[in-house]
Amino acid sequence: MRASWQPAADIRQLRQRARLLAAIRQFFACREVLEVETPLLCRATGTDPNLNFFSSQFHQVPHTQTLFLQTSPEFAMKRLLAAGSGSIYQICKAFRNGEAGRFHNPEFTLLEWYRLDFTLQQLMDEVAELLLGLLRAGLPHLAVLRISYQQLFKQHTGLDALAFNRQAYRQYAVSRDHPEADMICGEDHALWLDFLFSHCVQNSLPGDTLCLVHGYPAIQSSLARLLPEDTRVAERFEVFINGLELGNGFFELCDADEQESRFDREIAHRQQHGLPAVAKDQLFLAALKAGLPACSGVAIGLDRLLMIASGCDAITQVLAFPVGNA
Amino acid sequence: MATYSTNEFKGGLKIMLDNDPCSIIENEFVKPGKGQAFNRVKIRNLKTGRVIERTFKSGDTVESADVVDVEMQYLYGDGEFWHFMVPDTYEQYQADKNAVSDAVKWLKEQDICTMTLWNDSPLSVTPPNFVELTITETDPGLKGDTSGGGGKPATLESGAVVRVPLFVQIGEMIRVDTRTGEYVSRVKE
Repeated sequence: MRASWQPAADIRQLRQRARLLAAIRQFFACREVLEVETPLLCRATGTDPNLNFFSSQFHQVPHTQTLFLQTSPEFAMKRLLAAGSGSIYQICKAFRNGEAGRFHNPEFTLLEWYRLDFTLQQLMDEVAELLLGLLRAGLPHLAVLRISYQQLFKQHTGLDALAFNRQAYRQYAVSRDHPEADMICGEDHALWLDFLFSHCVQNSLPGDTLCLVHGYPAIQSSLARLLPEDTRVAERFEVFINGLELGNGFFELCDADEQESRFDREIAHRQQHGLPAVAKDQLFLAALKAGLPACSGVAIGLDRLLMIASGCDAITQVLAFPVGNA
Repeated sequence: MATYSTNEFKGGLKIMLDNDPCSIIENEFVKPGKGQAFNRVKIRNLKTGRVIERTFKSGDTVESADVVDVEMQYLYGDGEFWHFMVPDTYEQYQADKNAVSDAVKWLKEQDICTMTLWNDSPLSVTPPNFVELTITETDPGLKGDTSGGGGKPATLESGAVVRVPLFVQIGEMIRVDTRTGEYVSRVKE
């Protein structure tokens, strides 16, 4: 397909994007959450083995430095929180290499915010309030469902997400016409959950419902705290509407040592699997050591939100110039 | 053997799956924000024609299938094999019953067909989109009926049976769309 100079999105979607951005800024202005900007090009980036980054060379004669386009503004925003910013939000671009498809563009727009002293429940309330408000015009009858990951997984698959049983997982996958799952996932519990959730659960979520799925298994905790009373579960939630993943939130991990050991595990995983090496973000770790105040944070993909608000079924329909003709 | 990474997946790509040559119909990138990326792919088995869905871990590689489409002229059938020739090189191929499959009922000597070769052996034959064939058998129909409402079955020289308007008679040549099996028009010789 030859790239066209013309925008992929209809002008209506561009107008709707502008209204969406204005409404989000209004929402946070009313709540006295500070809008901030952090760099997209940084000296370090996340170690998550499932996120591929773009890197670039910064030339400042006689020095050359590798800089990374951010996969999310999380580390820089947490440095602001540690410096006493109070609750903050940001609307920015994030970059993820290798991601392109019906719901993915390697460069996309994120809304990320952090709320001081918010529990995960309070943040989920706020996410629901924001999204219901933003989608009122397009989806006036949007219901809200809060459900734990374990319960949802059990409901759809009959399997226990927290207790790995390869034989049961394999049998279920075969019964759902995915005989290849066992070869792909093997003994990797987290990979099994990714496979089964994305193939058998996500697309069966109830329609026209804002689904807040909380209590992710600890092996998928990422930057979330573990639940003190049940360390098999992380204080993490995800938001879905009509099967589309819109965002991810954490009760943020503040423990610098725990954070560093999670980085080390991910770096080791990268080495084992021949993935590009990354260094730990020392400035972020230094900020955690100085003290990150108790907070919850969430990131929402705005392009996908716009898809839902405007009834589009491909991300290219809401981007002026998706990667194919950027 | 050449391989393809899942990043190269797109409609029409020929890959080996379970030892059979297959063609990718549709490729969907599936990735949880914090998890493993997959490619969910709809695939046609070129041997059986069956369409299946299969998931790959993104970044994995699969063997490519040496499958090419070549325009060939149909020469003749000897009962066991159907013989084709590449017009430019005069190179000949013989396709068996499995390869010719449903195309057999449209084959007319000297027509140009598309032969799909796997490792240089005939895998399947696609007839031209339109063929012109003579009617060998059909009911005479009512005199004076020129409207063609309803129609009647007609057997063609190649063996195919198609519905034709009532006014079309034995010995006439008609044009047929092989993709739908539908009558298009009479052909004036």
